[in-house]
Amino acid sequence: MLELDGLVMRAGDFTLRAEMTLEPRSRVAVVGPSGAGKSTLLDAIAGFRRPEAGRILWQGRDITADAPGTRPVASLFQDQNLFPHLSLARNLGLALRLGGGRVSAHENQQIEEALAEVGLAGFGARKPAELSGGQASRAALARVLLQNRPVILLDEPFAALGPALKAEMLSRVAELADKLGALALMVSHDPADARRFASQTVLVADGVAEPPRETEALFSDPPDSLRAYLGQA
Amino acid sequence: MARRSLALIAAAAVLALTLVPVAAVLIRAGGLSAFAPGDGQALRFTLVQATLSAGFSVLFAVPVARALARRNFPGRGLLVALLGAPFILPVIVAVLGLIATFGSNGIVNRGLAALGLPEMTIYGLHGVVIAHVFFNLPLATRLVLQGWLAMPGERLRLAASLGLSPWAMFRTLEAPMLARILPGAFAVIFVICLSSFAVALTLGGGPRATTVELAIYQAMRFDFDLGRAASLSLLQLALAVVAGLVALRLSGGASFGAGLDRRVARWDGRGFGARLLDGGAILIVALFLLTPLTLVALRGAPGLLQLGAGTLEAAWHSLSVALASTALCLLWALPLATRRGELLGLLGIAISPLVLGTGLFLLVRPVMNPFALALPVTALVNALVSLPFALRILRPEAEAIREDFGRLAGSLGLSGWAWTRWVLLPRLKRPLGFAAGLTAALSMGDLGVIALFADPDRATLPLQVYRLMGSYQMEAAQGAALLLLMASLALFWLFDRGGRVGA
Repeated sequence: MLELDGLVMRAGDFTLRAEMTLEPRSRVAVVGPSGAGKSTLLDAIAGFRRPEAGRILWQGRDITADAPGTRPVASLFQDQNLFPHLSLARNLGLALRLGGGRVSAHENQQIEEALAEVGLAGFGARKPAELSGGQASRAALARVLLQNRPVILLDEPFAALGPALKAEMLSRVAELADKLGALALMVSHDPADARRFASQTVLVADGVAEPPRETEALFSDPPDSLRAYLGQA
Repeated sequence: MARRSLALIAAAAVLALTLVPVAAVLIRAGGLSAFAPGDGQALRFTLVQATLSAGFSVLFAVPVARALARRNFPGRGLLVALLGAPFILPVIVAVLGLIATFGSNGIVNRGLAALGLPEMTIYGLHGVVIAHVFFNLPLATRLVLQGWLAMPGERLRLAASLGLSPWAMFRTLEAPMLARILPGAFAVIFVICLSSFAVALTLGGGPRATTVELAIYQAMRFDFDLGRAASLSLLQLALAVVAGLVALRLSGGASFGAGLDRRVARWDGRGFGARLLDGGAILIVALFLLTPLTLVALRGAPGLLQLGAGTLEAAWHSLSVALASTALCLLWALPLATRRGELLGLLGIAISPLVLGTGLFLLVRPVMNPFALALPVTALVNALVSLPFALRILRPEAEAIREDFGRLAGSLGLSGWAWTRWVLLPRLKRPLGFAAGLTAALSMGDLGVIALFADPDRATLPLQVYRLMGSYQMEAAQGAALLLLMASLALFWLFDRGGRVGA
């Protein structure tokens, strides 16, 4: 499991505290007002920001000081999920060959399968600019599939997609997380996404990331901070 | 981290190669008593010519930049491109062109003679200043043009709707912009002219027209007075550092700005006087820049067919030096393409090539014959001198790449090699090509350290042109100069083009 133990993040006069335990193989939404620190929380877990105090543990191992690439974490960002000058095959190849070397025939096979898995069979030679928004998102998912890491962080990667495409992508992510047996942690500003995607939800508000609660219970009886955010007086 | 240690190695190499020769000069310096009587005159001449050159360049740049900012005419894009050309133009080629234009047999003097007017001379203070204005007027024009293009369109529209007179327009909009831009432009050009060597070597000379750089060369080459050369080097170093710091402060970092092709929408300058002024400025600057270059091409063409073996060998040396310094400069620039690296790279500008050359000469001499190292030392110094330009071009792009893809690469855990091979280099291709082109052309045309070190067996092409001029073989010199010009332009074009293919 992923433990945040007395975590304190500080940037200027902004502070975020977090104390929680997230189960492996679960799907968790992160909601809260903008500027509350949702992305900061994900950055801490991914290793892009150093906490001021506290520890991050995965299966009991302290990963607080590890570099982003050595953590058991794969990330989908808001944008720049693929290198635009490289073909999809090369992009995915980099996820397998972090040293930049040639991919083997076996790895090529894996890349083909991952692309087929997200409905992009035969797209290996294309560059990201030749894809639609939905196709690019699916290609990024194929990358996460190949990375095969037990924690997946999603920082509103589908914010630019239309409602139907976004719903499709969320169910694909859910399938993928189940297939990999991974913990998926997704930032969203849309309560409908959280309900659709996650059985549990972390509320980030007033400088604190609360421990996860049942999504349905949280939204049917929201605390004041969430009520204000949702616009329910 | 591997990337960090590479940057540290590159930084240490830059520091060692700039500071150790300077230290060698310092240790060898014979004290102030070693100055010769003419050296005070050299200092005065250096300051006077730099002041005049920078002053005239900036003064003439104002009407030219204004004309370019508000007029559209056929060939405007070409003229703007031409303003970038002196940067990669070998000094010795321009000097030959200027002699053909303003020299005693030049077309200007023939015109003056036909009108019964006295002859003008291209040698001495005049000539040095004319050559410096030839090289720096385009730079000044580009800097001022940037100022004009950065003027907010809303303000110009407001001025037009109020119906401001040209004078009121100048006072409210243009004068404040010029007051902001001109001191920096003046300072940058002043610094460039302070370290003038090749121009002073060819058009100056004699007790009344010697710069400090030229005095260093003469002390080394003719008197072999190392103590005096070292003292002069210190003087030059102090001049360059002080003026360089002032310029850095005033200029706020001029760029090689693309986008000078734009024209601002303006509603003023419709009057006959304004049109005449703008047309005149553009015509004069085009003639001033194009005539010498055209004459080099015309007079050099016959000589191209009868290039001597010495010239061809020198061309081969120059090509090797240019390619070596390009490779070295880029190897240095890649790990140093950060803000701190760029500041460090400025050492290459602050410390004059002649001072570096003198220091390296002093260091090498106990171990081996320094003349045998003439070409490698030239390649090394050229790489150092080009480094600030390469960094200025590469740094913003490299930072943008790190900004855009650093997180993705970090989260994947890409190795330093994979990052460089698959992300940094492919995305940096265009600016790398441009930087390589500039470095290669600068190095190809350089006439500096090589003059200090060279013996008859190891000339570069610019030095060969100078030697041919010195022995009055003007036709051969003009042929070699045209070859040099073509080689410099071709190198720039090939590298720059290479960076654009598929990018």
